[in-house]
Order: sequence, then C-alpha cells, then structure tokens
Amino acid sequence: MNYHRFDCIIVGAGGAGMMAALESSKLVGTAVVSKLYPTRSHTGAAQGGIAAALSNLEEDSWENHAYDTIKGGDFLVDQTAAEVLCREAVECIYDLEHMGLPFDRTADGRISQRRFGGHTKPNPKYDPSAPPGTEAAKPRIPVMRACHAADRTGHMILQTLYQQCIKQGVTFFDEFHMLDLIMEDGECRGIVAIEIATGELHTFHAKSVLLATGGFGRMFKVSSNAFALTGDGPAIAYRHGLPLQDMEFYQFHPTGIYRLGILLSEACRGDGGVMFNDKGERFMEVYAPNLKDLASRDVCSRSIYQEVRAGRGIGGSDFVYLDIRAETINKYKTSPTGGMVDSAWVEKRLPDIIDFARTYLGVDPIKEPMPIQPTAHYAMGGVPTNLHGQVLRDAAGTVVPGLFSAGESACVSVHGGNRLGTNSLVDLVVYGRRAGRAMAQHALHRQFEPIPKNAQEPTATAIKTLLSRPRGEPWVRIRDEMQRTMMDDCGVYRTEETLTRARDTIAALKARYANLGVSDKGNVFNTGMLEVLELGCLLDLAEATVACALARKESRGAHSREDFPDRDDARFFKHSLVYSTGENQTRLEYKDVDVIMVEKNGEMVTKYPLEIRKY
Amino acid sequence: MVAGSKSRSLTVKIKRYNPEGDEAPHWEEYRVEADPMDRVLDVLQNVKWEQDETLGLRRSCAHGVCGSDAMRINGTNGLACKILVKNLKSDTLTVEPILGLPVIKDLIVDMKPFFDHYKSVLPFLINNDPAPTTERLQSPEQRARFDDSTKCILCACCTTACPPFWGDQNYVGPAAIVNAHRFIFDSRDQGAAERLEILNDTEGVWRCRTVFNCTSACPREIKVTQAIQEVKRAMLTGSIDFEGAASAAGH
Repeated sequence: MNYHRFDCIIVGAGGAGMMAALESSKLVGTAVVSKLYPTRSHTGAAQGGIAAALSNLEEDSWENHAYDTIKGGDFLVDQTAAEVLCREAVECIYDLEHMGLPFDRTADGRISQRRFGGHTKPNPKYDPSAPPGTEAAKPRIPVMRACHAADRTGHMILQTLYQQCIKQGVTFFDEFHMLDLIMEDGECRGIVAIEIATGELHTFHAKSVLLATGGFGRMFKVSSNAFALTGDGPAIAYRHGLPLQDMEFYQFHPTGIYRLGILLSEACRGDGGVMFNDKGERFMEVYAPNLKDLASRDVCSRSIYQEVRAGRGIGGSDFVYLDIRAETINKYKTSPTGGMVDSAWVEKRLPDIIDFARTYLGVDPIKEPMPIQPTAHYAMGGVPTNLHGQVLRDAAGTVVPGLFSAGESACVSVHGGNRLGTNSLVDLVVYGRRAGRAMAQHALHRQFEPIPKNAQEPTATAIKTLLSRPRGEPWVRIRDEMQRTMMDDCGVYRTEETLTRARDTIAALKARYANLGVSDKGNVFNTGMLEVLELGCLLDLAEATVACALARKESRGAHSREDFPDRDDARFFKHSLVYSTGENQTRLEYKDVDVIMVEKNGEMVTKYPLEIRKY
Repeated sequence: MVAGSKSRSLTVKIKRYNPEGDEAPHWEEYRVEADPMDRVLDVLQNVKWEQDETLGLRRSCAHGVCGSDAMRINGTNGLACKILVKNLKSDTLTVEPILGLPVIKDLIVDMKPFFDHYKSVLPFLINNDPAPTTERLQSPEQRARFDDSTKCILCACCTTACPPFWGDQNYVGPAAIVNAHRFIFDSRDQGAAERLEILNDTEGVWRCRTVFNCTSACPREIKVTQAIQEVKRAMLTGSIDFEGAASAAGH
C-alpha cells in the first residue's frame, strides 16, 4: 500500500490551495495533491483583476468594498466574513506584490487599478433631489479598485504562488486525483488519491486536510470553466453526509464567447466596453440606469436573456454584442477617466481578450463587436466553513475537526447570492491564507489519529466495479443530458416546473450512471475512467443544486424564480444547507445570515440594513 | 462568423502508444466530421468520446491559458485548443506527442524533466531587503521590460520544438531561460547574478543555436529567441538594462 503522512494535505493547487500551502508549510509538513500540474489550475484563467481598496488612483476604503460585496450578494453575504475579506485584501495584495507578482503600474510606480462591475463608492455630488439621469442623481459611482496585470491577473497570481512554493520547497503530488476522504469518528484524517500515471491508490494520512478543488461549472452546457472543474471536493464531502451551502446560487457571467462559453472579462466593460442588442441599443440603460454595463453580473445576464426573449438578440438569435472598440468607448464616454482612448490603449489593456476573440470567433474586436451570451461561471455555494476555513457540519456551526476548505469549493460566505467580479481572487488569497494558518495550528496541537487499515477499500472496490462492467451506454450521453438539463431547467431563470423536471431528470441520470462501464481497462492515464468518476461528482452536485433551488421560493442574486420574482426576506433571508440522505434523497436546513449590529443613537441597529438592490 | 458553416471531413492520424501492451508507437486513423470553428482539441475529444475511449491526452481550460494540451500538430508544436479546424491546410490532421520528453501514453509525455529544468533557474523573485509596508515601486517602463516573458504558461511548446533540446535533454531549454529572463529583467529582483551563473554553461544559454523554432512554436507569442539573446547579452556585458533601452535597439 502506498502510504504517506503529512501534517497538512492540501487538495487542489489553484490559488487557494497554494496560498494555504505557503502558510502551513512555514510551520508544519505540508503536501499539495492535485489532479493537474499546479500551473494548469483554473485560477490562471481569471482575467480582469483582484479588488482591494488601495486608493492608488482615487480615494476608496475597505468599507466601500465590504458594502459593495454585501449588496452584490443580495444581502445573503455573511457580514463579518465580508469585512474580513475586504480588510485583509489590502495586505494580501501587498504580500503578492512582495512575492513578485507583476501588477501593472501607475505613472508613479504603484499598483494600477481599474473599474469592475458593482465596485463603487459614494458619489460626493449626490443630491437626492437631482433630476433622474443626471450625475448628481446617482448615490454611488464606479471606483477603480481592481488591481490588474493586463487581462491575465489570475495567470500572474497562479504563477507567482507556484514560484513561491518552489522557493519554499513545498511538496507536490502532481497528477494525483483525490477520490475519497478518510473520515473517522466525525473527523477528517486524510484522503485517498489515485496516481494518474500508474493507476495506483495512495493513502495520505494527515491531521489537517484542505479541500481547494475549485468550482463545478461543468455541470452546465455553456461554461467558462475548465474540463477539470468537476467539484470533486464538495461532492465527496456531500457523500460523507456533510452539508453543502447555498448551492442554488450559481453565477452566469454575462459575457461568454457565443457557443463556447469562454470568458471575456468584465474588464472589457470596466474599461468602457458596452453591450448592444440587435437594434443597436445600449440595453443596460434600461435595466440598470445608474451603473449600466457595470451593474453586477446576475443583473447583466438576466438583461441579456430578456433582450433575447423579446426578439432583440442579434439577427433574432440568442446572443448580443459586446463592443470594446475605441470609437464606441469614446462615443459613450465610458473610459475609466471619461477621456478619449485609442485602439492601441484597448490592445494594451485587453490583449488576451482580443486574442480569444480573434482565435475563437474569427472577430477582430478592435474593428467589430463580439457575439456573447451568458456562460456558467462561478459557484457561490460550496462546503460551508467558518472564518478559518474549518468545515461546518450543521446549521449550528459545529466544526468537522481536521477538515478545511477555501476558494470556490468553499462557502464562507462572502459572495452570498451573487459574487462581484474580482472577488473570487480576493476570496482565495484571503481565505486560502487563513485556512493555511488554521490548518497549521490545528496540526501543531494534534497527534496523528489512527486511520483504518482498509481506508482505500471503498475506492478500490468502486474502481474495480467500474472497470469490470462492459462499456454499455456512452458516459458522454449522460453528461450531455445533465448539462442540457442544468442549463435549460436550472439556469439563469427557473420555475417550479423546470426545477421539478430537473430533479427527476437528474435522478434518472444517476440511476443510469450506476450502470456505466468503461472500455479502457488500463492503469496508466486511464483518463476515460477518471472522466466517469468526475461525472459522478457533477451529478451529485447537480442534485444538491436543484434541491436548494426548488426549496427557495424567492428570487435573490443569481437565483431567479420566475414564479417568485421578488426577494422574500421574511422567509428566505437565510442560507440553505443541503444534505444527501441516500438514494437521490436530500434534506434541507437553513441557517441565519451573519449580520453585524452597531450602536446608533443609543440603539443597536444593523450596520448594513437590507435594501432593494438596484444599480 | 460563428458556426453554421459546412462541416469538414477529417482524416485524423494519431500516434498511439499504450505502455500496457504496445511494444512501439504506431499510427491509427480515425474519421471525424468537424465544424470549421471546432478546435483540434474538440476533434481529439470526439475521437476519445465517440470512437476510442482509450486515447490518452491532457487538457483542461480549452482556451490556451493552462498549457495542458501541447502536441505536435501537422508537424508543428501547438496547443490543440488554440488551433481551429478551419485553419488546417488539408483534410488530414496528424497529431503526435511533443518531442524530446519520454512518452507515457499516446499524446501524454513525462513533464518532469521539463519542470526540473524550469526549477533549476531559480524561477522566483529574490529580494532580500525588508519589504515595505505597501508595494515596491516600479515604473511602467520597468514593468514593461519583462512583460513578454511573464506570459509563459509552461506548456513546453518551445522547449520541445528546439533542435538542440532534441539532441541533448540536459539542455535547460527555451522555457526555462524565458522564466529566468522574467526575473533577471525585473527591477525588483536581486538574483540575476546567480541565475546568469547557472545559465552561463554549455547546458545553459550557450546550447541555443538561434533556430527561432521556439518563437514560432510559442502559443503566447512570446519572443522567446529574443529573450534568450537578451540573457546572453546580459551575461557578456555584465550589465542588466532594466528600462528596456537595449531591447528597443533590437538585435
């Protein structure tokens, strides 16, 4: 048996995993187990920026950032977690810079910052009595908060963290795919992983285990997510009876490349890009009169769907245009400073976006607008954790000793019903770092607790069974049906009818999945078998997502119920927790949103009062 | 513009090798109906999903930023997800693993030697001064000086397109030098002397024969050969130009 023992095991080598590894390995033995080479992780695909109120180009504050985060999440955000996020973002950015991250620079040599959707500050000229449409009528105005390195900020973060891990001598098990958690007496004591190159199973015995496996956008037909994003961490936790939180909140990014779903950064609009319908109308003026194209992502995605439904998609089709031509930016005066820009400026700010459009659309965005549609992008939900990344097993907040999660696989919850652009990167550095510190502390105060001799047994049996079955139905058929179902029946808009149908479809697909076999019976790089196992994770997460969505009879953030179009704070100002209770059965619980109370005129009042969310 | 155009019948020739059965690599042929806007990666996944599940290849992001799917496509290195069917010159698509690294299975090679070379050049910022409470300052010009080499995604297209590397796998290779360049020319870094010492070797920059294969292979359009030349020049002149004046003068 292949047996390894480390104080800390980190599953996933994206931003959260490597940030945690850099912290924990300072104090205790740490190994990172990742099914991809670390630099292949999807953090590297993040484009536009990472927010922090540095005030390098204009005055800003972490309090502004926290307010935007809470409002952006349609008030489902845990407020202490959001304040921690925005306060610690500032020192995290400086840490990353000290690690060598090549941020773009201002003229005076400081980190450059750009605008992003939903990131605002109070309008100093605000006058409630000003006529609508005027500058003074806007209570808040966009702010330059997103620190960037062209439109490849995530790439720079991923590379920088990997560089630092090399410098610090962090141990990596590259291309090891986690298949199970070792849970004993309600604690996590390690993981079981398959070495992809040999097909051998390995047991990793640990005191602290971090799930940092990223998202699961591959459950949808059109997604910006990499093939690897199959939610292995949350799915395996769910199978062990642990809850998943707020799964009904799945973000569709408004500007994906038509059909392919490849992300075209929100920085396009932050730098002045504008969306148009078939009639050449800047339709966001209707849906978000103040922030227009810089409204938050759920608002923009719904607006595109509304335009398409009204027959105003381009040529009557199901896409609209994103226009980043300099002449358009100048015509609408949407550049960050309001001043004139030229094509060279656009090329310098958005080089990768322009390359993607040229490559995958055959469109030159310097000369033409780009066809776009909303693309499944980010899971606000995930494995519930506290502020230290410790996984929680119930609504009361009971900690699962030894188990941690951070980044997209976790739900702390700083994104609530809808994540703001750039806040995913902020989340993974801030909470990756916190989780790494907490893991090390946990390991320092604990012994290695025993694990069963047959810890690999369930995994070995599952693989053996899968390999022994004849191929039968092609697994991609089940995947395609799942992706279509989730896109059409559990996508941007939902109703009781579509969700009930989705629930039944997913249950039927799970039944068919149970009979799947594979034709590749080999040990070496049996990626066909791994794809089938990944599909199993996605099906479980689809089940959890639909269950939460069916139960939440309101519309909030990215969860839009056409049969319940309004937010219902009286009934649903709370987080969902979903548990698997066996064969296609789920159980739901709810827990209160963390609200900060402050004293005002001798009375305790909420610091972030609920408000109707308008942009 | 977006899809809808006539599909293309491709003959896909893939160099296959299964270590659990094959004595030597061999070619296999498949027929695939492909949309002109499909990526070569889509074609290969079509083979894997619809025709032969045993085909081994790596992939993840599918849009040219993760660097998983470097392979030799019609005789030239590239990422399978960045080459579109409409851009293939003929209806025969030939795919084989990148050269110079041991083949594990089909299109999958052992990347360890590649990453070992990368790690050998100290690919991380070295600065022993106490960090300030905010950012270290760097002018836009200083930042621009090493911008090109920050784009590297470690896909290995350049190194495995390099004839000197094919002949001598102890050669550190273009990708490692690009990553050394990224730090040598970073005004915040203090490790240039150490890196130049490592690269001042017959298995370092002096193995480069300026073939330019690396530059044409780079899917990120990094001027790889120029970066190598700049490292050579820094070694010969003993001075590092952080503002990019020498770079602007070209070579």
